Amino acid sequence: MTTDERPRDRFAAPGALTPAGSDPIVRLEGLEKYFGSNHVLRGCTLEVYPRETVCLIGRSGSGKSTLLRCTNFLEEPTVGTIEVDGLRVEADPLHQWDREHQERIRQIRLRAQMVFQEFNLFPHMTVLGNLIEGPTRVKGVAEDEAVATAEKYLDKVGLREKRDEYPARLSGGQKQRVAIARALTMEPKVLLFDEPTSALDPTLVGEVLKVMSELAHEGATMIVVTHEMAFAREAADRVYFIEGGTFVEAGPPEQVIEQPQDPRTQQFLSRLLDTV
Amino acid sequence: MHDHQMPGAAAVGQVRTETSAEIIEAVARSRRRDQTRFRTIFAATWGVLLGAILIGLLAANKIDPVFLGRWQEFILAGIPITILVSASSIAVAIVFAVIGALGRLSDRPVIYALASFYVSLVRGTPLIVQILFIYLALPQIWDGFAGIPTLVLGVFALAFNYGAYMTEVFRAGIQAIPRGQLEAAAALGMTDRMTMRRVILPQAIRIVTPAIGNEFIAMIKDSALVSLLGVQELLWRAQRVGTQNFRALEALLVAALVYWVLTIVFSLLQDRLEKRMAESDRRV
Repeated sequence: MTTDERPRDRFAAPGALTPAGSDPIVRLEGLEKYFGSNHVLRGCTLEVYPRETVCLIGRSGSGKSTLLRCTNFLEEPTVGTIEVDGLRVEADPLHQWDREHQERIRQIRLRAQMVFQEFNLFPHMTVLGNLIEGPTRVKGVAEDEAVATAEKYLDKVGLREKRDEYPARLSGGQKQRVAIARALTMEPKVLLFDEPTSALDPTLVGEVLKVMSELAHEGATMIVVTHEMAFAREAADRVYFIEGGTFVEAGPPEQVIEQPQDPRTQQFLSRLLDTV
Repeated sequence: MHDHQMPGAAAVGQVRTETSAEIIEAVARSRRRDQTRFRTIFAATWGVLLGAILIGLLAANKIDPVFLGRWQEFILAGIPITILVSASSIAVAIVFAVIGALGRLSDRPVIYALASFYVSLVRGTPLIVQILFIYLALPQIWDGFAGIPTLVLGVFALAFNYGAYMTEVFRAGIQAIPRGQLEAAAALGMTDRMTMRRVILPQAIRIVTPAIGNEFIAMIKDSALVSLLGVQELLWRAQRVGTQNFRALEALLVAALVYWVLTIVFSLLQDRLEKRMAESDRRV
């Protein structure tokens, strides 16, 4: 397929921090996903520019988490192509367990690190162990170098003193900050956040959003699935509202969140504000 | 009307608080009393049973103290060998079990078939038959087996057997690891093999540790079967001196007592280990 035939994201636009003349660093092209007969994604095309933060919003079951999980192939899309930092991988559900395909997927994952709703820290490793596991085992970084990197990112999330604790000793907010640091130590091209504050006690949400907001303003490339509209308004370059597996509306947060045009977006946002 | 009711209501409330405090205290006291009573009777019954057997045997003049004095040391010298056999058999069985469990979880039909064949074969035949087969029948197939030390054969036989049963334990332990752990490992870019070795197995082993403790206690008793191979563990020694001196009663009594004490000691150790593990889990 030549460049011209690719599906394009009509909402795409470089972010405030995107260097002039950059091409998108993440491209999700025409993603379709079925779970059995359930058609969850219906042709999603998303382009994210370097140093841009994009928020995906929508009600539960709308497909926003599935879209994010397809980005690093935790779910194999039924149809579509994913490109991260120049590496293009076409969905191939028939051969998804083939060695070559798995290796391509692994290369995508090294470029696109994910932060999970449930943190998913390794409970049998200390905080430091969690942070150096990927760099040393997967990327082959020397241990002392990996430790230095880990400490740098622990400083960033404000948890240097928890270095030798086990995850069980941390609060939910601390766990999620460690999980963010773990993703950062892999030095990925893009960070994927899958509802990172949804499993947290309300009092702990702030510390996690603060770290994420700092990252966004420092120019990390981020795709964030979230229900936190205040965060989206403050940190996102663009917001996509997804409903029934397609993008209904997208644009800068002041447009999508403050003045939604589509009635479905309006209804979603007013319900969200009612329940908060 | 108001004046009349108020003191009455207050009085009722006051009487009630006092009474409930008293009731709580009385219930606690009676529960403590019941507990003490239970424990006392429990210990006394054990004492009576043990004492009755011992005194009965001594009174009936069935126990030969001279024999015990002379051979007790020889029999007890089997304890370290029994423990050695049990511990090494469990260690090897864990290896069999990990391999078996990975096989039972494999999506490759040949590997899955091999693993289920192993489990089925072992579970479908008596342990004593397996031990004798390895000891007596295999040398008939290949002479080389005759040259292997019986201790090694015994450990292999026990491990082969226990490994099959523990395969199911390990399989359950591996399946108990939350899906999120696999996803986190995959998202970091780990290969399946690395995920198994670095993420799943270390956690699965922790999950199955209490079960391994149970298997070890069972193994202490089943290790007596390798006396058939001439491994000089507890039972072999007891039987040997017992039959030679026509004093099987004393000799087997000593052996039985030692097995009993060993299992009690290891059960207590296991309880403590489990409590400590539960505590470290609770620091969530």
